[in-house]
Amino acid sequence: MISLQANDFELFDVPVQYAQDRAQLDARWKALQREAHPDRFAAEGAAAQRIAMQWSVRINEAYQRLKDPLKRAAYLCELQGAPVQAENNTAMPAAFLMQQMEWRESLEDTNSAQSLEALADEVAAEQRRVQQTLGDLLDVAKDPAQAVGQVRALMFIERFTQEVNAKLDRLT
Amino acid sequence: MALLQISEPGQSPDPHQRRIAVGIDLGTTHSLVASVRNGVAECLPDDDGRVILPSVVRFMPGQGRQIGFDAVQSAASDPVNTIASVKRFMGRGLQDIADRSKLPYEFTASDQGMLSIQTVQGPKSPVEVSAEILATLRYRAEDTFNDDLYGAVITVPAYFDDAQRQATKDAAQLAGLNVLRLINEPTAAAIAYGLDNASEGVYAVFDLGGGTFDISILRLTQGVFEVLSTGGDSALGGDDYDQALADAAMARQPALQAATAEDKTVLKAAARAAKEALTNADAVTLHAALSTGSLSVQISRADFEQATQALTARCITAVRKALRDAQLGKDDVQGVVMVGGSTRMPQIQQAVADFFGQAPLNNLNPDEVVALGAAIQANQLAGNNAAGELLLLDVIPLSLGIETMGGLVERIIPRNQTIPTAMAQDFTTYQDGQTALALHVVQGERDLVQDCRSLARFELRGIPPMAAGAARIRVTFTVDADGLLSVGAKEQISGVEARIDVKPSYGLSDDQIATMLQETFTTAQADMKARALVEARVDADRMLLATRSALAADGQLLSDAERARIDALMATLQAAIQTEQDAKALEDCTQALAKGTEAFAAERMNHSIQKALAGQNIQSM
Repeated sequence: MISLQANDFELFDVPVQYAQDRAQLDARWKALQREAHPDRFAAEGAAAQRIAMQWSVRINEAYQRLKDPLKRAAYLCELQGAPVQAENNTAMPAAFLMQQMEWRESLEDTNSAQSLEALADEVAAEQRRVQQTLGDLLDVAKDPAQAVGQVRALMFIERFTQEVNAKLDRLT
Repeated sequence: MALLQISEPGQSPDPHQRRIAVGIDLGTTHSLVASVRNGVAECLPDDDGRVILPSVVRFMPGQGRQIGFDAVQSAASDPVNTIASVKRFMGRGLQDIADRSKLPYEFTASDQGMLSIQTVQGPKSPVEVSAEILATLRYRAEDTFNDDLYGAVITVPAYFDDAQRQATKDAAQLAGLNVLRLINEPTAAAIAYGLDNASEGVYAVFDLGGGTFDISILRLTQGVFEVLSTGGDSALGGDDYDQALADAAMARQPALQAATAEDKTVLKAAARAAKEALTNADAVTLHAALSTGSLSVQISRADFEQATQALTARCITAVRKALRDAQLGKDDVQGVVMVGGSTRMPQIQQAVADFFGQAPLNNLNPDEVVALGAAIQANQLAGNNAAGELLLLDVIPLSLGIETMGGLVERIIPRNQTIPTAMAQDFTTYQDGQTALALHVVQGERDLVQDCRSLARFELRGIPPMAAGAARIRVTFTVDADGLLSVGAKEQISGVEARIDVKPSYGLSDDQIATMLQETFTTAQADMKARALVEARVDADRMLLATRSALAADGQLLSDAERARIDALMATLQAAIQTEQDAKALEDCTQALAKGTEAFAAERMNHSIQKALAGQNIQSM
């Protein structure tokens, strides 16, 4: 019996792995909301409304996590006994930190939209590379402890991407 | 009054019994009510055949008030007591109204930071004024159907924050309406277009009303309306175009001044008339008889466009931002739906066509389209359209967060998150032995608390004394399908808890609403009692109907004993509807049935989810 305590993958009835088909997640999300959304129970009293709300919230929570590669990877690591603990553990390899510093310098020095776009492209390429590595570690090597380091790298990259976008917003 | 239909115990009511549900567009300049009749959504006209009700309320000496066209007529002669565009003041404090000096009203701050408008009948809150408009539409619908209303869907701008949504809901409650759902205006417009035209794809809804501008990016797939992003400006609309045109005209005759409240109203009306004429004419003369002299200025369409260029540019900037938020380019947009009377202005049509590289959709009446969509959704929520596949998945328009050290905002629910949603974040104490924590809930996109809207403050008390940083306080934000927020805080080690439904500082407490309801119905005590009893009967009837349909659908989930218990509760309630004369006692019976069926409802939900999963598996095989 499926319950509110089911994990995200069970709730969406998809394989417990990093690789996911976005179209399938979207379709399941809509199918589940079709059953559980409080609007379906608008005429059925407060109790049904409250329960529908709980389910609907739970489905949205799972969907937000499953569709986002970073959140999905962190969740999978935690499910498999290797929590990311980003706030307690910020140690990163020296090479990665060097690259971060270079990026930050070029972000500060860049004032044209065109070269910012180029930087954004470079960061996006690195993001895809890390995601690929994450997929290999979680789904092929089955090594969540190793994957945790890549999840943290991805967190750095996402935060940096936001800063690049914020500056792009200001320039355009 | 219509008689309630009561069926014998155990006998199911007519399954085709229709519930009267309406959609209401509570607009800045005008409001409409619509309903689905014979499968078609249509706006309901008043006795004179007019569907539009100007959102204008005039308070007269004594008890009287004028609402709609009558009030508009009085605006010039009695501007101080004739309140127009009240929607702009909903959920707002005095400091939020930037252009106060240009308005003829006398504003006062009431308690809880909410503003009031001083009238001949005393201070009136925007909620009370809006309730007058809503009640007028409610009576119009009840007269049309000669029946009580089951409920209403009311539209709000997508950009409305929690305070504004709460104020709208308060107004509906004050007007005696059962709110089935608040939905975003652009979403309602898309419902009207989506169903009528059976379109699929990504659509932009460009809604320029009298006082608000909304842009929404929606995706329509197989009956699901998904809001990808929303943006806009809750203080930008046709009124601003009127004002800009009035300012431009006054600048041509610098000797004149709009000195009095009457002058301001006359000038604004003249500017509005000129604006409307310029939709078809290349040039018009703007006339206004002011106390300082007669204004008469020739205005060309080019002059008008020039004077309002900055306003139009603000619209397009908001469109760009909404597209970025949806992570889409303008080429991804399949169609642009135009909503709101202000989109009739040629410069708006042109600016939208230029930006998107395609002509916008405008084959439905831009004034009616929101009300029509709301009516379709209301019909569905009332259960009249069981085969309906329509599901609205909405997002929250503005980020919600909490104040942390140094006046910074920690975001808990980010903007454009699909609702309903619940999210939690852990906080801790910053002083040794700290036993209380003040929580300040804010809404907005900026990093500093002072730049965001303050929604509520509450305290978590009774935390056992611990070293700084040892307490673990989990703050949970829950946003329901209407976009309304409640916040809970719990210290994880001791289990101490506090929670608050965010009735923001601008909203009304339930007590205030109860008092206002009593004042509104200043009828005899007996009438009040009769009314309460009728409402309790409607609620009881609603609960019985819901339980019967639940039993018919999933009765097999119950054991014989459980079924007997529920049957007994239903029989008690059924009997009470017919004999009980005390509203409170009848409400208690309804509550008993609600509580008694709670476990059954939970079981049904689980089965629905199971069914959904099973359905998916079959599809994917």
